[in-house]
Amino acid sequence: MFGRKGETLSGWGRAPVVPGHEVRSEDLARIADGRPLSRGLGRSYGDSSLPAANDREVVSTVLADRILSFDADSGVLRAEAGLSLDEIYRLFLPRGWFVPVTPGTKFVTLGGMVAADVHGKNHHKEGCFGAHVTDLKLRVADGRVVRCSPTVERDLFRATIGGMGLTGHILEVAFKMVRVPSPWIWQESERMPNIEAFIAGLKAAGPDWPMTAGWIDCVSGGPNMGRGILFKGRWATAAEAPKRPPRPKRRFTIPFDFPQFVLGPLSIRAFNTLFYWKHIPRVKRRIVHPESTFYPLDMLWHWNRMYGRRGLTQHQCVLPNEAGAGAARRFLEVLTARGGASFLCVIKDCGPEGVGMLSFPRPGISIALDIAVRKDTPALIDALNECVIKEGGRIYLAKDAFTRAEHFRAMDPRIDEFQRVRRIWDPNRRLRSAQSVRVFGDPA
Amino acid sequence: MRKVVILGATKGIGRAIARQLAERGDALFLLGRDPSDLAASARDIEIRTGRADGSIGSAPCDLERADDFAPALDSANTVLGGFDTVVVTAGLFATQDRLEAEPDLARRLLTADFANTVVFCEEARRRLLARGGGTLCVLSSVAGERGRKPVILYGAAKAGLTHYMEGLDHKFHAQGLRAICVKPGFVRTGMTAGLPTPPFAGEPEGVARDVVRAIERGKPVVYTPGIWRWIMLVIRMLPRFVMRKIGF
Repeated sequence: MFGRKGETLSGWGRAPVVPGHEVRSEDLARIADGRPLSRGLGRSYGDSSLPAANDREVVSTVLADRILSFDADSGVLRAEAGLSLDEIYRLFLPRGWFVPVTPGTKFVTLGGMVAADVHGKNHHKEGCFGAHVTDLKLRVADGRVVRCSPTVERDLFRATIGGMGLTGHILEVAFKMVRVPSPWIWQESERMPNIEAFIAGLKAAGPDWPMTAGWIDCVSGGPNMGRGILFKGRWATAAEAPKRPPRPKRRFTIPFDFPQFVLGPLSIRAFNTLFYWKHIPRVKRRIVHPESTFYPLDMLWHWNRMYGRRGLTQHQCVLPNEAGAGAARRFLEVLTARGGASFLCVIKDCGPEGVGMLSFPRPGISIALDIAVRKDTPALIDALNECVIKEGGRIYLAKDAFTRAEHFRAMDPRIDEFQRVRRIWDPNRRLRSAQSVRVFGDPA
Repeated sequence: MRKVVILGATKGIGRAIARQLAERGDALFLLGRDPSDLAASARDIEIRTGRADGSIGSAPCDLERADDFAPALDSANTVLGGFDTVVVTAGLFATQDRLEAEPDLARRLLTADFANTVVFCEEARRRLLARGGGTLCVLSSVAGERGRKPVILYGAAKAGLTHYMEGLDHKFHAQGLRAICVKPGFVRTGMTAGLPTPPFAGEPEGVARDVVRAIERGKPVVYTPGIWRWIMLVIRMLPRFVMRKIGF
């Protein structure tokens, strides 16, 4: 090969940064040959899409982005794995179609959406993306190209949904799109005084609203702990919606790495307080732009640079309903007790567990914290994870960069079944990532 | 609305140009090597633009087989009912090391990227002029700007192509031919997948936007991404003793 000294790869959080590079081609099946992992747009935060220590190359799927078929009767869209949600949004929303489930950024590929089994604001109603996948085409470790679906090679299918790309290179994805009455969102938002009220609000809104989620202030403690803004939404009807289509939002670029103090404790506290109190009146009802609802951060190009050169990590966990209403408060107390602060903290109630063997969501409350990476970050993540284990919850691999193997195993006993399927399809562990070495103990 | 024939429409920059032209509403006819790949690309564009199944035609045309050229353009002519724009993005690429080690490959590359590309363009030019003019847009490369160590053979073929395009512009501009020579810098496509990514690398979509704009305006020379105009200006001015020293 060619000298590729100095090239590095990282996830969206830019921590860790590892030596390696992407190999691109329109022909995924060809370049997947002998390579350990596929990677889409690199929006997973940690090391999910990074090569293991002894690997250097990962397959980039972004050039394999053709739409192969679309059936306007059933809504089934089949496309190559590199097709981005950004393209689907741009091409199909104006025609009254959308993906059944969207994550919080549209800069993801279909392959990535399957591998992470992404969820969105409608998880309590629609489940994860994988629930809507009808068929997958994989290039498995021995080079065969295999189709799997809920009825064909069911175990492989279930392991691939949320399997972080470790069961095979995803070549094609077929899934069901949904009809939407307009491209606009009808949104109601409400200030919530504390975490208990917030969770009650989420649960109360669930049956009536197809989309719910919230932002919480995780700096304030005591009676104000977990105060925030609860968002409830649904697609606006054709009668309510503005007649004009939503224009693409203007994009601002973060031009360089911010120095560390920009996201220091003081500015985080100020931002959180401001965000809470600027929501006047207490309840707002209005029609909003779909990008503001689904992808507010996509308007800030390279927003990860705000966290400086050391990068950021996200800790997202789900605390099960069985842990009771106090679990979220106990979790936030671990964060505030350690002086941890999160610029952005997103809360969402999850519906039933999905089809994927390792899919993240389960019935409960999901909390996502954006944390600037500092010296003490691994210790903070350990402490948060210990709390998650105690409450019987688990974490989301697509966000993770620091979780220890023993912690993950304690949270997610489903790992045994997942590894059993991997042993069948990839006995020599040819498919691996930096994350699978760290969390699953794959050979490096 | 234009009626456009694209050679190399299934991959990389050609794929991106085809999509963007289709989204503007242009009629397309796709040319490429592999029939099943062509069919998939045509279907992709039809679905993206909400067009009927089978509304975008295609024909196999391999830059290494000059016998394909006339029949391919004829079938494009029949299906489109005449065309006014021809875009050529196809080409071979290999590293200088490989080309030096494999003379057969070098001969193939020089034939495809220079001689056959020009032969194809001549076929296209005759047809465009016969209908009173049109646009012929060809992807050359910044590699043709100066003889450089890493792209001696590829660059020589592209230099020849650049000169050919300039000559066309001089001679046939008055007859209504718009000869557009696109000089991409490093673009992250499958063609360059084996190479380390230098600074200022472009993406196929961005390059395609520049190309579509140039076709619209009839701009004879386009550097894309635009910064490569200035990079190459510096490279062209470097004295020979410096070029002998550096690896660029």
